[in-house]
Amino acid sequence: MAYPMYEVDWSVLPPEQNRRFNPAFNIATIKQVVNEAIERVAPVSVRMPTPTRLRDLIRQIRAARTAAEERSVVNKECAYIRSTFREEDSVWRCRNIAKLLYIHMLGYPAHFGQLECLKLIASPRFTDKRVGYLGAMLLLDERQDVHLLITNCLKNDLNSNTQFVVGLALCTLGAIASPEMARDLASEVERLIKSPNAYIKKKAALCAFRIIRRVPDLMEMFLPATRSLLTEKNHGVLITGVTLITEMCENSPDTLNHFKKESGQREIVPNLVRILKNLILAGYSPEHDVSGVSDPFLQVKILRLLRILGKNDAEASEAMNDILAQVATNTETSKNVGNTILYETVLSIMDIKSESSLRVLAVNILGRFLLNNDKNIRYVALNTLLRTVHVDTSAVQRHRTTILECLKDPDISIRRRAMELSFALVNGQNIRGMMKELLAFLERSDAEFKAHCSSAVVLAAERYAPSDKWHLDTLFKVLLKAGNYLRDDTVSSTIQIISSAATERQAYGAMRLWTSLEQSAVSGLATEKQPLIQVAAWTIGEYGDLLVSEASSAISMVDEDGVDDFVRPTEEYVIDIYQKLLWSTQLSISTKEFLLLSLAKLSTRFTTQASQEKIRVIIDTFGSHIHIELQQRGVELSQLFRQYGHLRPALLERMPAMEPVAAPHREEQELDLSDTSPDHTKPDQDALLDLINGSDSLTNGDVEHQPEQIATTNNNTSSNDILDLLSGLDLTPSAAATLTARATSQLHTLTDFLFQAAVPKKIQLDMMSPSGTTLSPQGEITQVLKVTNPTKTPLRLRIRVSYNIDGTPVLEQTEINNFPADLFN
Amino acid sequence: MMQFMLLFSRQGKLRLQKWYVAHPDKLKKKITRELITTVLARKPKMCSFLEWKDVKVVYKRYASLYFCCAMEQEDNELLTLELIHRYVELLDKYLGSVCELDIIFNFEKAYFILDELVLGGELQETSKKNVLKAIAAQDLLQEDETVDAALRDVGWL
Repeated sequence: MAYPMYEVDWSVLPPEQNRRFNPAFNIATIKQVVNEAIERVAPVSVRMPTPTRLRDLIRQIRAARTAAEERSVVNKECAYIRSTFREEDSVWRCRNIAKLLYIHMLGYPAHFGQLECLKLIASPRFTDKRVGYLGAMLLLDERQDVHLLITNCLKNDLNSNTQFVVGLALCTLGAIASPEMARDLASEVERLIKSPNAYIKKKAALCAFRIIRRVPDLMEMFLPATRSLLTEKNHGVLITGVTLITEMCENSPDTLNHFKKESGQREIVPNLVRILKNLILAGYSPEHDVSGVSDPFLQVKILRLLRILGKNDAEASEAMNDILAQVATNTETSKNVGNTILYETVLSIMDIKSESSLRVLAVNILGRFLLNNDKNIRYVALNTLLRTVHVDTSAVQRHRTTILECLKDPDISIRRRAMELSFALVNGQNIRGMMKELLAFLERSDAEFKAHCSSAVVLAAERYAPSDKWHLDTLFKVLLKAGNYLRDDTVSSTIQIISSAATERQAYGAMRLWTSLEQSAVSGLATEKQPLIQVAAWTIGEYGDLLVSEASSAISMVDEDGVDDFVRPTEEYVIDIYQKLLWSTQLSISTKEFLLLSLAKLSTRFTTQASQEKIRVIIDTFGSHIHIELQQRGVELSQLFRQYGHLRPALLERMPAMEPVAAPHREEQELDLSDTSPDHTKPDQDALLDLINGSDSLTNGDVEHQPEQIATTNNNTSSNDILDLLSGLDLTPSAAATLTARATSQLHTLTDFLFQAAVPKKIQLDMMSPSGTTLSPQGEITQVLKVTNPTKTPLRLRIRVSYNIDGTPVLEQTEINNFPADLFN
Repeated sequence: MMQFMLLFSRQGKLRLQKWYVAHPDKLKKKITRELITTVLARKPKMCSFLEWKDVKVVYKRYASLYFCCAMEQEDNELLTLELIHRYVELLDKYLGSVCELDIIFNFEKAYFILDELVLGGELQETSKKNVLKAIAAQDLLQEDETVDAALRDVGWL
């Protein structure tokens, strides 16, 4: 039996007015009917021409064909809107403001609408409030005074009975809260967090988050209300609660501890683990599902909070190990969503004190990411590996080949990340293979990479070079490929390395560089490779005799690829090439300076009279060069061919091996300890060195206490102060001395204790690691310093001591020059 | 936290801008101009993330519109892509198969939807249904008011 109400044609109204049948029976037509009724019946005042509708204005503006036309439409409308504002027309205010907001988005000024937005907000109509708050968020920013006026409206609306009005107010407060507004309205927001309405609760939580961002002091008052947020079922409240707690924990370590210590039902880590577990294990929930994953946004937020809670906390990390492993293994990775969660999980595993199996799992996930087709995933993987490579180097080494592949990726950000990661992975074992790839990368890389890449290559080569020959070869290759982007000191450090190498190497260097120089000169590319020209010029100038002699054929010039393209030049040819380069208009002045001096040296290296004549002629021409530096050199050097010809050989003879400024870091086996302190003190050491060499009278810079009297004997004498320094000296009879710096403290505990020292240029200082950095009363820190003084110059030691006492940093600096005179005998 | 979101067309015209940090107007315009130029210069094969000033920019192109979000350094970039996608889905559901023209003519609705999804730079609701329900309810409030006001004017209420 069919019930009458379910029969298809049951109706009271005739078909044309029946809602179910007539598609025209909707709100738009209702409005139309009502408007027509108004037009027909209402008094004249309401029938005044209504302002342009928003759509019509937009259409008009879009129809404008030129910028000038658009400007005129806009200006006309703005003038109209301004006049309506003057007339205090409340009926159409909201439509006019909407139009103004559109005009604002096009880029035109709209500041005259700010007060009107306030009037809209104060109106009781919801439509007005909606547009008014939108206008406030778009047109006002913190710097305006109108802000104060808005605070009152906000306060009223935060107490409204309609949840959507409260929502609007919270949204606006969250977007534009200034510190003053935040302070005024914080208590209202705090009350609203405790509201039973989930819609209001979640908005209030985020509003509180913004308030805390602006005014961190207000965090305390939100703490009690926040605790209960995590026990809610509503996902919106959960995610906003987690966001708020994350911000609080990041903000202050005390709050972090407070949350962790909560005992009983509401302890935070188990709570979060429980929520996460429910998300993963619960069945399909259509409301929160994204491609098969249940509420990924909430999962990621929880993982992030767990990361913060587990950092440096073994107990908390222990509690989350299981769930992290579960998430890492159970998440479906076919879509971006799954990868998002895995990414966050990996970040969390890396940051907390996780067990090693978990870390291996994380690195493996990253390795899989590197092989993913999606470039976003590759980028993210490289980024994360970069952050963790220093912690887990061996695990990352396994993926070295993939990372080197990424150097060839078309995307520039991926290439940059891969480059930085490759440099972090270079070590003594893989240096040869990696350097090959990195040099290939250097050759084809863009200008912005070349500078960074070349200096990193030079550094890596210096640290890990397996042999001298390899080191020189690599440096030459870098000079060739990096062109003009090379760092300035590479030239001098390369020259220094060549000068201190064995004679055979020097000959080899001269020959190798000659090939490059000749090729560059002939092909005309010399301007792109000026550092190469400079190094080549110097080397050939010094060792030109080795270059042209018969003995050079004994040295193998076969390079890595098995190619031997060295052709022994005649003296004449060398001079010809030099002439070509010197007369090139495109080389810089400093390159020509190198070349000129090198040519002068060649006059003593080459033996034939013809060569010397030729050289003299060339140098003479420079005597009238337009540039003052070259002219000076030309004139002075040509004197060496005339009156002072007898001085020439002596003056231009071979240079002795140069000493490097800093000790070269040749890594052999373990490097940890010896690496930290010299590296660590080096930048400051240079600064201190400058201080010693620069001034005769030594002044103390920013010293906060009176410098104490430093005793160099074994007595612990000190004036009224708390530190004793350098109370120990071991005298070893050689050109080296070992000093032990001993620091003791009488009364206070000093933290972050750092002792730095600098010596004059001719002396070399090696500092070993200190025994510790925290000095407790009755305790001591020792640090061994090795001083090498081959020239037996008097030792002056400038020291700087920095430490924290009760949290206040202290810096002291002074100089010691009353060492015993026979220290280095 | 999201610092700002920009929607712009392939010709560089701004269609929506939402700022969650306080900058003076001039600075906002400058940032917008520079970022639009930078993003439009990217080739299609490049990844969706770039570092720009001190902020991470995540962008995605949907038809003729670029959706561009600036996030802070600790934020998960892949999650931002999901967020952008969620916003597009909501617009699609609400405006019915959305295209650039819909967003131009209904820009205030686009803002309202964004305000129900993101508050103060952070996500406030993870359920699509709830966001759309809230918008629909507020629209209903608006319409009820309009009808009431019209009827009152005519004298029928």
